[in-house]
Amino acid sequence: MSLVETQTPRPVTGRGDAVVRLENVSKQYGSGSNALLALDRVSLTVQQGEFVCLLGASGCGKSTLLSLVAGLDKITSGTLDIGGRHVSLMFQEAALFPWLSVAGNVELPLRLQGVGKAERRKRAEELLEIVRLSGFGHKRPHELSGGMRQRVALARALAQNADILLMDEPFGALDAMTRDILHDELERIWREQNLTVLFVTHNVREAVRLGDRVILLSSRPGRVIEDYPITHERPRRIDSPEVSGQAAEITDRLRAEVARHAN
Amino acid sequence: MPIKYPSARAGLEGAGGENTVAEVPEKVGVDPQGRDEVSGLDALELAPRTEQDNLGKRIWRSAWPKLLAIAIVVLIWQIVVWSKWKPDYVLPGPGTVFSDLGDVITTGDFWDGVRLTLIRALTGFALAVAIGTLVGAAVSRFAPLRAAIGSLITGLQTMPSIMWFPLAILLFQISESAIMFVVIIGAAPSVANGLISGIDYVPRTWLRVGQVLGMKGLAKYRHLILPASLPSFISGLKQGWAFSWRSLMAGELLVIVPGALSIGVRMQQARDLSDSSLVICYIIVVLVIGILIDVLFNAADNALRKRWGLTGS
Repeated sequence: MSLVETQTPRPVTGRGDAVVRLENVSKQYGSGSNALLALDRVSLTVQQGEFVCLLGASGCGKSTLLSLVAGLDKITSGTLDIGGRHVSLMFQEAALFPWLSVAGNVELPLRLQGVGKAERRKRAEELLEIVRLSGFGHKRPHELSGGMRQRVALARALAQNADILLMDEPFGALDAMTRDILHDELERIWREQNLTVLFVTHNVREAVRLGDRVILLSSRPGRVIEDYPITHERPRRIDSPEVSGQAAEITDRLRAEVARHAN
Repeated sequence: MPIKYPSARAGLEGAGGENTVAEVPEKVGVDPQGRDEVSGLDALELAPRTEQDNLGKRIWRSAWPKLLAIAIVVLIWQIVVWSKWKPDYVLPGPGTVFSDLGDVITTGDFWDGVRLTLIRALTGFALAVAIGTLVGAAVSRFAPLRAAIGSLITGLQTMPSIMWFPLAILLFQISESAIMFVVIIGAAPSVANGLISGIDYVPRTWLRVGQVLGMKGLAKYRHLILPASLPSFISGLKQGWAFSWRSLMAGELLVIVPGALSIGVRMQQARDLSDSSLVICYIIVVLVIGILIDVLFNAADNALRKRWGLTGS
């Protein structure tokens, strides 16, 4: 159920096919009296080329959901279908390897796939160009700022050439200015590279700023309680009246959900 | 190519009533690619390069405290000698010892001894590293081994190496093998421990990255576990070296292999001749070798820390 009644048509090119499909997916940790139900019958579909934001307060199982889609964890019941597509996952920490140069980090997925050295180098250069870090390839990760490291992590994720990019609060540790600029960057790369993104955040404005859809999850257990299509024209600004207005609406809903857990 | 979506705001007006919406002008025309913003921010966030001091200055800065320490020790030594606490032939002063040391180190004989001792040290250490690495890798790989041997390794580390000599002599008689046995058993646990704790404490986020990148089996070790455990492994090596050097010195004093005139043997001979000055000379030689090798390990450790950004800079 959605507050916006008119379902807007999606742009035609390459979109429309479901790349991630969850039907009544539940995830339970432990068993018996210690059992913790992290996700409860979650159903959602992400389409090719779509940018979907998962939003929720603590304990809503957002990260669990990403781990499931990434195949790092097994579902307890339900159906999860990504059609054998490849996924890559980005975290809040860039988690670059300090023993490799920036370019070496970006090359690593290619190296693991057995791509030859010359080809690898060329591809890493292209990827660094995409995240606007040309000329930084020889640097060590610790020589870069947090925002730059996160972009290297994005380049590394892109190097996996995955169909689906999962992002787990990737900008959560960055200052507002850097985050703002990285939103523009991510939006640009998403559009240019024709990516499908599933983006987890607890920042409502961020979700509205970036998403084609914002899916609101309840907490303990995580359930889908709302699916908001975000139809404002792109590129958006996080502080535009449209984004702020819709963020306020979603925030109210989220607050009501959080308040439910009081006592 | 922005696609015009129908405005969804129509249905939302008033929904954000409590939220004061700032009127922000649309972002148009200004650097649509955002390239300047990105590189500008990058430039601001990168720390400005600090001026590097030249090499001479840096060497002096790290050397003077050590030189001062040596000066203090020599001074105290000289004061004790001046106090006539012991007769000169039992405790000679720095002047006598240093002039003897000058004589000793100019003989080819002395360098033969140093070479013999260093070859033993390096062979023993290399074997200890090989064995320690194998044991460490095996222990961290197999959980049952880990439970069984893990604490044993720590126990072995606390064992004074000199306690092994009686057994080593019974097993191998008075031979090079007896010395090697003790050197290896002294050093290998530290090396193994360094590797094990390195593998144990690979940060969880790195492991997740490895998982996401699909690393498995050998590739996971080659590209993640081994490089990640390097700092801990190097401290294990450093500690292992210290243990093997100590064990070797104890061994050379206790297990005198005929014909092998190592530093320890020469020191023992000097004692038999009641030549205090020469004994102190060899103490200084052993100390200097120990310090030099420690400097090498520290250099390796610092280079790694700098490369990884583990230092404060």
